[in-house]
Amino acid sequence: MSRRDIVARIGGAAGDGVSSTAESLAKIFARSGLNTWTYSSYQSVIRGGHVWTQVRGGLDPVLSQGVDPDIVMCLNQQTMDVHQGDVVEGGAIVYDLDGTKPDPKKLRKNVRLIGIPLRKKAQTLSANALMRNTVALGAVVRLFDLDFRHVESAFRDIWGDKKPEIVEQNIQAAKLGAAGVDEAGGSLKYGLAYTNQAKYLMTGNEALCLGALAAGVKFLAQYPMTPASSILHWMAVHGPAHGVVVKQVEDELAAMNMTVGAGFAGVRAMTATSGGGFSLMVEAIGQAGMTETPLVAVLVQRSGPSTGLPTKTEQGDLNLALGAGQGDWPRAILAPRNPEECFSLTAQAFNLAEIYQTPIIVISDLYLGEGYRTVDKLDFNVPIVRGMMAADGGISKEFRRYLITESGVSPRAIPGTKGFQHVAATDEHMESSELISDVLAGLPEHVEERRKMHEKRMRKLVGLRKDTPRPELWGPRNADLTLILWGSTWGPAHEAILHVDESDGVKVNSLEFPTVLATSPGSSLA
Amino acid sequence: MKLEFEMDTYKSEIKPTWCPGCGDFAVLRALQTAIHALQLEPWNVVIVSGIGCSSNLPHFLSTYGFHAIHGRALPVAEGVKLANPELQVIVTGGDGDGYGIGVGHFIHAMRRNIDITYLVMNNQIYGLTTGQASPTSEKGMKTKSTPIAGVIENPVDPISLALASGATYVARGFSGDVKGMSELVKNGITHHGFSLIDCMSPCVTYNKVNTYDFFRERVYDLAKEGHDPSDMKAAFAKAIEWPFVQRDRIPLGLFYRTEDVPTYEDLEPALKKGPPVHQPLGVTDADALLDEFL
Repeated sequence: MSRRDIVARIGGAAGDGVSSTAESLAKIFARSGLNTWTYSSYQSVIRGGHVWTQVRGGLDPVLSQGVDPDIVMCLNQQTMDVHQGDVVEGGAIVYDLDGTKPDPKKLRKNVRLIGIPLRKKAQTLSANALMRNTVALGAVVRLFDLDFRHVESAFRDIWGDKKPEIVEQNIQAAKLGAAGVDEAGGSLKYGLAYTNQAKYLMTGNEALCLGALAAGVKFLAQYPMTPASSILHWMAVHGPAHGVVVKQVEDELAAMNMTVGAGFAGVRAMTATSGGGFSLMVEAIGQAGMTETPLVAVLVQRSGPSTGLPTKTEQGDLNLALGAGQGDWPRAILAPRNPEECFSLTAQAFNLAEIYQTPIIVISDLYLGEGYRTVDKLDFNVPIVRGMMAADGGISKEFRRYLITESGVSPRAIPGTKGFQHVAATDEHMESSELISDVLAGLPEHVEERRKMHEKRMRKLVGLRKDTPRPELWGPRNADLTLILWGSTWGPAHEAILHVDESDGVKVNSLEFPTVLATSPGSSLA
Repeated sequence: MKLEFEMDTYKSEIKPTWCPGCGDFAVLRALQTAIHALQLEPWNVVIVSGIGCSSNLPHFLSTYGFHAIHGRALPVAEGVKLANPELQVIVTGGDGDGYGIGVGHFIHAMRRNIDITYLVMNNQIYGLTTGQASPTSEKGMKTKSTPIAGVIENPVDPISLALASGATYVARGFSGDVKGMSELVKNGITHHGFSLIDCMSPCVTYNKVNTYDFFRERVYDLAKEGHDPSDMKAAFAKAIEWPFVQRDRIPLGLFYRTEDVPTYEDLEPALKKGPPVHQPLGVTDADALLDEFL
């Protein structure tokens, strides 16, 4: 039976070039026309430790990074020790003959040992041994019968025209690796018919940035935190050319508060963080709910509690997002399942934030945010709806910023608009924005006013419920088991569902939530 | 010549809620006088405040305002300014708000030299929470939260802190001198860069030490004593006079000013295209953006 997909695992110590080698391989897969999916296991160390990345490519759509690899590339002994037993029957292990030893007792049947003097070969081209992972990469490319021109183009992308000699050296290094495979019996002969039609390859975080740009984001304030930092990095490079102010700030308190200020001033504003940073943003996001200021807050989850496991994925912050802030304010939480939805739901989040004048949270996680996936071409023609704005030319005395309406939404005016001056207040306030909290709170009629104002804000949930993506049922209508899921678990869940159907005939479906809303009494999912 | 905007144009319908005699009335008056003298268009002014008695100030004027949470007025104001640098952004608040809970933002806003005017109504006590020690309470002061030994920490010195952090306009006013304070505020607003005006604004209810009389007996005018505000070393020497060196003389006026430092807005690449709030939404070069991923 001919193979439909291939899986490679690359391991070494931090600093060995594992992630850059894996990125190159993912790019080579995508340019070969494979549907590609990566997962990186890494730690909070800059040097040392054990890191590995798994890259899977398939002729058909893939839904996870796969389980056991066809090839393991060992850049150190630890990788051999940990992963050699996982290689599938008929697979291969690529390793440095000098200093790395396989243990044949731990291997499955017919696993080929491709020992190549990686370091020595690399040193024939350059005095340092930096290119030994490139030699190994060339071996993997040859084992899978991938087209070598994608190796060359991947290297050109990395080093560009500025360093043609480095590109050339790396190409030569990769060829040495391929020659090593030829000497050791040639490729795995899986016989995949690669289309060589390049596919778009990106992380969830990158897709999210593209969605924000498409929607017209003009302000991003962020404090670095894994796994949200790549949003800051990508936007810092690409934002300014699109008029986006990208600001690394002193802490997440400043990040959220600046975003609130920018949203109040009338631009589409966003901040991004992980759970720890989001915890610091909690008071200020409530302020946006109270002042009815539009903004988008991105929460890319990692393992908690507290600092937790900074480099491991977890879906543990849903309660944090749902419950962020004292008291109650209306919010929607959009939970993309894949990069396409990172793009589309982020773009939609900006519309919802402005239509309903309230924070919209986009919740993702490390698995989706940092993993590379191939995607279809993204359509930048996203609808842009800015919500109700007060007309120019009125008289400030008649303008009530927090006018009580059926929808809960009051016309908004941005600073600079003549005649609509008002104060956005984080204390409870009247329609005019005069505070109830100070002298008025003692008077019974103003207590009633507070109740009306709170209900006005919470009525926005009715519209949000209508305008946000509905829960979806995937799989057979009648099933033995239903998985309830949101976010990045979508892919692996679908793969598991298909697998148990095929292997055991068990019918499973999934109920999936692209939107998570705070529920109110009496509301239902239907 | 008839002015476009009368003094009253800048007043809102909401009456201040401060205690009779509160120093904050003078700061409100000084600010109103300054923006009237400059004839600023009320719709192009945004006054951002935090929480505390003094932070209610934006409600009493007819400009745009944002009454933020405790200690976060500066980052909110920075967001406003970066979204639309054409707006005149003024921040008002108290010593607890700016020098206590918000002191981190205070330092970072100054090192950015973002073009914002910051008025701190410094009464050296927490008023709205009924009389606890503040970060500028003098050592030894007995308050509700320091009833036995008095304050045993050193006070924050906002003037030295501002000089050390990169503020390019640093001044101290006093609510007993509205005219002088108003001049300082006016010049702070026209200054191109971050301006701090630390306004000594007595709390008549909870601070029985740093009263109007306390200041009247001690204040002197820096300009009259020949201080050169372009000299940073001299500014530091004047800044530490009170409360660290002695307690008898308190300098008022302009400590330091320089126009030689570019603002954050001058250097921010995205603002080269003009105010973000006026930029078209969406992208025109989607294919170029996507090519990077192919």
